[in-house]
Amino acid sequence: MTNENNNTVAWQNPMIYLLAFSSGFCIMGIELLGGRILAPFFGSSVHIWGSIITVFMLSLSFGYLAGGKLSTKAASLKRYGLIFICAGIAVLPVAFSAQSIMEAIFLAIEDTRYGSLLASMALFFVPTVILGMISPYSVRLLVTDKNKSGQVAGFLYFVSTLGSALGTIITSFYLVLWFEVNDIIMAFSTTLMVLGLIAMIFHRVNQSKSCLNSHAINQQGAANE
Amino acid sequence: MNKLVTTLLIVIISNVLISSALSTQAMGKTIHSERSLYRNILVEEYSGLRCLKFNVRSAKTQQSCMLVDHPQRLVFNYTKMLFSSLLINPNPERILIIGLGGGTMSNVLHQIYPKASITNVEIDPAVIKVARNYFGFFENEDITAVAQDGRIFVKRAAITKQKYDWIILDAFNGDYIPEHLMTQEFLQEAKSLLSDNGVLAANTFSVSELYDYESATYKAVFGDFFNVKNNNNNNRIILASAKRLPKADIIAQRAKSLKAKLSPFNVNIIEINRKMISTATVQDWPQASPLLTDQYSPANLLNLK
Repeated sequence: MTNENNNTVAWQNPMIYLLAFSSGFCIMGIELLGGRILAPFFGSSVHIWGSIITVFMLSLSFGYLAGGKLSTKAASLKRYGLIFICAGIAVLPVAFSAQSIMEAIFLAIEDTRYGSLLASMALFFVPTVILGMISPYSVRLLVTDKNKSGQVAGFLYFVSTLGSALGTIITSFYLVLWFEVNDIIMAFSTTLMVLGLIAMIFHRVNQSKSCLNSHAINQQGAANE
Repeated sequence: MNKLVTTLLIVIISNVLISSALSTQAMGKTIHSERSLYRNILVEEYSGLRCLKFNVRSAKTQQSCMLVDHPQRLVFNYTKMLFSSLLINPNPERILIIGLGGGTMSNVLHQIYPKASITNVEIDPAVIKVARNYFGFFENEDITAVAQDGRIFVKRAAITKQKYDWIILDAFNGDYIPEHLMTQEFLQEAKSLLSDNGVLAANTFSVSELYDYESATYKAVFGDFFNVKNNNNNNRIILASAKRLPKADIIAQRAKSLKAKLSPFNVNIIEINRKMISTATVQDWPQASPLLTDQYSPANLLNLK
């Protein structure tokens, strides 16, 4: 593992932090827009927020579990990037099929509490589970020294929660004033996918670098012989 | 878990704000106060005037007032201005009121039109209870109160093809605007509930940019409408109809014939008629104003400026 890290590009860790920050930003931005999206069908009562927050907490908890599990097998920047790309894709139905999903649920369920809960589930469960996988996976990629694992995790939470705070305030204060809800969702989706791609490119660069390195070592070895 | 912290913080901050709002002194004698799911509800009384308030701090938060000895005499100018609706449809039989307040409007309408059915929609069950207990809100099988979000009631009513002759949208106050009740989609849903002669009267408080956006949205859905305004404050009644607006001479004629019927309720319909301005003659917002939609409705942010 240490060998692997010696060969990585110097920017890898800052990039992982940037990705974790962005995922925190997107999670809370989407959660906040959730209220906007549900209001035409389920109103803006306090239980709408109850539904949304419940679903986000629940999905994040499952996401943490799944992300931790996934990180035990062949953890790599490539897979990390794939999580982001999947998250970006999973967010798209919030923009494209929310209307028809909510209409069906509105017609099927009279009680707005359970209606909004089911609608939040249908719209936000999958993307938020995937987004939740990012934190534990980031820890796996960042930790190289057992003694510093707590510090690394602490800094990661700091960065991603700071992202969440900014995602909340910027979305609610400014983005809703400047853009339509769907445009903001699309921007979040695109951001996640682009970041995922960047992570995968980094993975490539690392690989070719370590390939070169080992090649160089081999050559050196051959020359010594 | 880190998201939980964010959520908790929001809760703590809002609690601090609410309690500081509560600590400021109230005018008159408070005869009832409670904290509901949505707001603080206060009933105050001074010199024979009983008022329902939702917050203490600002003066514009009186939701509904009633003269204890003359409950049928309307107090607020905006409630009186709502009667301009009758100049468009003089005989409403099915009335929908969104936003109950003290229920004074429902009570007065029942006295004027004893045969009319009146459905009151109020999001806060505690407000319905207070209206019953302190404002003599009258109910029977034709006059009902439903505890529901206005948007949901309208959406369901549209699906079951209900029709109303008069829809009164009184869910806004100076402090907070339910943004999902201002959008083009909502107004279309409400319009689909109007009967052939149906009229929609919205009591709104928009200023600055929101005024322009709101006006443009109503115009897009209903075509030309009437603005009914008082000079002394920033609330207005928007009077919209599914059909074309009646001509001025017909309206003046109706005002004359309604005068005697409405004067016991402190409503001078002739004077109110003078305050009605059609947007066909005066359009006081820029032509290019954006519309408020379910996708874009930052009403409260727009109203700040």
